[in-house]
Amino acid sequence: MIFDYEIFRLIWWAILGLVTIGFAISCGFDLGVAMLLPYLGDNENQRVIIIDIVSSTWIGSQVGLVLVVGVLFSAWPLAFSVTFSSLYFVLLLVLFAFLLRPLGIVYRRELSTLKWRQILDKVTFVGAMVATLFLGIALGNLFVGIPFHLENDMQIIYLGNIWGLLNPFGLLIGLLSVSLFIMQGAIFVQMKTEGIINKRAKKLALRFTILTLVIFALAGFLVSFMDGYHINSKVFTSGVSNPLLKTVRREPGLWLDNYGHFSKLWLIPFSTFICGYIVLILSRINRPVGAFIFSLIVTVTMLITAGCTLFPFLGPSNISLNSSLTVWDSSSSYKTLSIMFWMMVVLLPLILLYARWVYKVLCKRTLVEC
Amino acid sequence: MISDVVVELSQWQYLISVSVHFLFVPLTIGLSLILAIMESAYVLTGRDVYRDMTQFWGKIFGINFVMGITTGLTIAFQLGMNGAFFSHYVGDVFAAPLVFSGIIVFFMELTFVGLFFFGWKTLAKGQHLIITWLVALGSNFSLLWFLVANGWMQHPVGAEFNYETMRMELGSFTEVIFNFVAQVKFIHTLAAGYTTASSFVLAISSYYLLKGRDTAFSRRSYTIAAGFGLASMFVVIILGNESSYSVGQVQEAKFAAIEAEWLTEQPPAAFTVFGYPDQQEMVTHDEIQIPALLGLVGTHSFDTPVIGLTEIMEINHKRIFRGIKAYNLLQQLREGNKDESVINGFEEVKIDLGYGLLLKRYTDKVTDATSQQIALATKDSIPQVKVIFWAFRVMVMCGGIMLLVFIIATVSSSFHQRQNNWILRLCLYSLPLPWIASESGWVVSELGRQPWIIADVLPSFLGLSLLTEWDLTVSLLGYIIFYTILLCIALSLMMKAIKLGPSSLHRHRYHFEVDDGNLP
Repeated sequence: MIFDYEIFRLIWWAILGLVTIGFAISCGFDLGVAMLLPYLGDNENQRVIIIDIVSSTWIGSQVGLVLVVGVLFSAWPLAFSVTFSSLYFVLLLVLFAFLLRPLGIVYRRELSTLKWRQILDKVTFVGAMVATLFLGIALGNLFVGIPFHLENDMQIIYLGNIWGLLNPFGLLIGLLSVSLFIMQGAIFVQMKTEGIINKRAKKLALRFTILTLVIFALAGFLVSFMDGYHINSKVFTSGVSNPLLKTVRREPGLWLDNYGHFSKLWLIPFSTFICGYIVLILSRINRPVGAFIFSLIVTVTMLITAGCTLFPFLGPSNISLNSSLTVWDSSSSYKTLSIMFWMMVVLLPLILLYARWVYKVLCKRTLVEC
Repeated sequence: MISDVVVELSQWQYLISVSVHFLFVPLTIGLSLILAIMESAYVLTGRDVYRDMTQFWGKIFGINFVMGITTGLTIAFQLGMNGAFFSHYVGDVFAAPLVFSGIIVFFMELTFVGLFFFGWKTLAKGQHLIITWLVALGSNFSLLWFLVANGWMQHPVGAEFNYETMRMELGSFTEVIFNFVAQVKFIHTLAAGYTTASSFVLAISSYYLLKGRDTAFSRRSYTIAAGFGLASMFVVIILGNESSYSVGQVQEAKFAAIEAEWLTEQPPAAFTVFGYPDQQEMVTHDEIQIPALLGLVGTHSFDTPVIGLTEIMEINHKRIFRGIKAYNLLQQLREGNKDESVINGFEEVKIDLGYGLLLKRYTDKVTDATSQQIALATKDSIPQVKVIFWAFRVMVMCGGIMLLVFIIATVSSSFHQRQNNWILRLCLYSLPLPWIASESGWVVSELGRQPWIIADVLPSFLGLSLLTEWDLTVSLLGYIIFYTILLCIALSLMMKAIKLGPSSLHRHRYHFEVDDGNLP
């Protein structure tokens, strides 16, 4: 079975999507719980309960972020270097926020005074809020376009500033991710606790589910009117990875182009609303496990919607249109993409099987007790 | 053209984040193996004290592990944020090794670290031992990609420049993975990690023994650390020697800088033990030399000369001219001139393209460079001798002292029940040595490669993102503040764990819990 360059590019685009989704659903509730800490826990006891909920999962989310960065760097090196250097301060804040995360969760129990613990809880709250908000802003800016220019020798010139990245649409997507993660976190707490914390979480879950759906609808409405991007010249899907060989045009409404060609794509954003509605119902009738699963599906469909809207763009430039990066011209070489793919095909199932075996043979009791 | 301030600030930022990362990584790697050894002793002998040892040193391992992952995240981000052109230039080469070791490490290390900490009660002895060994194996592998990448930057094999994409592209995956510079580096660094962890365990155990607390626990830790440390130290020295041989083969400028060899000598060259290298005048003042030693170590022969820096600069001067030609042809290719003669001409001189790029520091129009600019670039083409010369000697000296300490510790622990206080103090006070050695080894390796980020291919300043001085000042301040907080917390956690000692395991038989914690 031999794939050509085009297929491999599509596969690696899908893998990038998968790890991003993986990160969003493993990290989302984790960050959400941290953002809810001041609102759910009145006293020290309650806060300890809430922090315990995420104390074993937070490191996984840290690694999830490394995975996203790793796949972006490996399969889309140019997109990695352009987005990371252009979104400099946005990502710097995300990074600092992630550096703070171990403090609130691991270091907290080492402190004996209540005062310091309260300060750390504020740090945890601010850290989670900043990380979520700015990850959302980074995503939102991909729709607006990043003000970069590629020179003939591929040096990346950034022509914007930090304030330009804090544009209304970017901020809206930032708010969307905050609201989405809080929704996940609230439902997760609802699932894991009883009594007063459970009641508070349920109330917040209902509110933030509605807020999430409203912001999502508003963002969708804006996207259909704002400037979108489109490749004007002939597209060589298996061509060499040089973004400077094409021309790009920008017009209002172009982001809906993909939906015009494949009307079935409308099912994806549509299903977000349906699942959101189910979340509301399940959370309301105290079925938090089901609600949590559907809240994850909401996250997944939202990200797929974003991916399908942007496709084939990875990082459009709003200053030098033709420098925009697409799936067809900013990937690694054919050889690298294929080696990485076959390595994954061979190694991943082997390792998954063996990890499963080890868990099954060695750790059945541990898992039961957990 | 990139400003000097931006270059300077970027380098400081990189220096800070990598050296902080490397405070934790060697200890994590070494401790993981020591834990596996201790637990093996537990399973073989069935004595509880070995289990307690594994758990107590496991706590320290845990703190370092978390810090290693957190500071590693920074490096991943900085790669794209601060080294944008570099990551574009090398992404294709580093990708496959990254995915390869990523998959292995991810599933070996991370899947099992949790079980190592929480599986003590529920797993059978042998089962938990398997987990511990898997954690150790994964920790060791986690270094593989880092050093494959670094080895490739020192000796870029298995890749070729592609003018259409303006980057290095993978030619042969196996050549990149089995790059002998990377292999030697990998084992040298692993063994350095083992010695770091051994020194650490040795020093802390000596501290307990000096205080006369938890002697049964400490003496066993002491013995394991001394023996394991001695064995690893030998590997470090053998591979270090091998490493300098490989440097002598592929990185003549770095090798000459380490030895402050300004002029090519009659082989076999003498080894300069001590002296003050002077980059301006290109001489070393007050040098003390051992005849013939350098030639033997660096070339493994009596008649191969060690090339001096003056001669290297002359060669580089010629390569810069060819580099200008390559750059000129590259410009034509980028503008769409796909003439047979241009392509062939470029293929002929593209090996020197990097030397043409050195001029970008002084002029945007490489093809119109003046002879003065070329002279400046030539001067830049060798590393800063003084720093490398001294860093290398500091590393070797620390290594020598550590070897001595390990020998004394091993001998004393195998002949005496109770160690002399001066030996214990010696072990305690030599605690910082492995860190000084690994950080200065890192300085030799990184600064010795200058002016290149990829040897002979891409100059360091060109790999940087085009940020403003303001951007970098703000982020550098941010890093300093956040890293200070992190370091303080990591240190205070470690100090707390060490002060409590094995009593933190709540076994009700150690110091602070019973009188002196001295088990029969």
